[in-house]
Amino acid sequence: MVVTGYLKDRTLYLKLSGEMDEYSSREARARCDKLIDDNVNAKKIIINLSEVAFMDSTGIGFLIGRYKKAARLNVPLYVQQPNFAADKILNLSGIYSLIPKAE
Amino acid sequence: MSKNYLKLQFYSYPRNQAFARDAVAAFCLELNPSLSDLSDVKTAVSEAVTNCTVHAYKNECGMVEVECEIEDNKLHIKVSDRGAGIADVKKAVQPFYTSLPSDERSGMGFTIMQTFMDEFSVESVYGEGTVVYMSKSFNPEVENA
Repeated sequence: MVVTGYLKDRTLYLKLSGEMDEYSSREARARCDKLIDDNVNAKKIIINLSEVAFMDSTGIGFLIGRYKKAARLNVPLYVQQPNFAADKILNLSGIYSLIPKAE
Repeated sequence: MSKNYLKLQFYSYPRNQAFARDAVAAFCLELNPSLSDLSDVKTAVSEAVTNCTVHAYKNECGMVEVECEIEDNKLHIKVSDRGAGIADVKKAVQPFYTSLPSDERSGMGFTIMQTFMDEFSVESVYGEGTVVYMSKSFNPEVENA
């Protein structure tokens, strides 16, 4: 799983690409957390899921972990463009009440 | 449609999770699944196999067995391990229950298997292992554009 990030207008955009499972999430966690730590002046974090081809329940745990980290920094977290399958899992978990979908 | 059968045996290494779900997905292609059904099966298998790695064998190496059978338009999947077993299955299958809350686990694995497949059951003997049964029927008329 590849994680890329950039800061624009004080919004930190994190893009995940590849398959999100228990195996691949380990590195993605560390990578995302480093990008969040390196951009503490961000006012908002948006995780883009458009290139996540597969996601199981690991994705829920992953997002909740990043949500907690962002909440400690007082920064709201959003997700963007989950594919049909990822959307199904995220809906089932009710996670959108914590981490809303951004346009 | 005639019967078909597949048996996979592999070590519970995390890197085998993708292999297992992709192999099962490839096996059920003869049922002409919709992309959505295929994705449901992959996700359910991923959950079951991940449980073997994380819970049954607690990241130690153990043997995981995945058996699949196609009968008419129905896919049956059996995922078994000889690991730790589950002390309280009723509790384990509850949404959001996890025995490892500190690990960023969602506790949604069994709920996803239940929701994404038509039939689901778990048999477990504490200290001896766990078997998950799942099945799903496919509509033979579906055409993927």
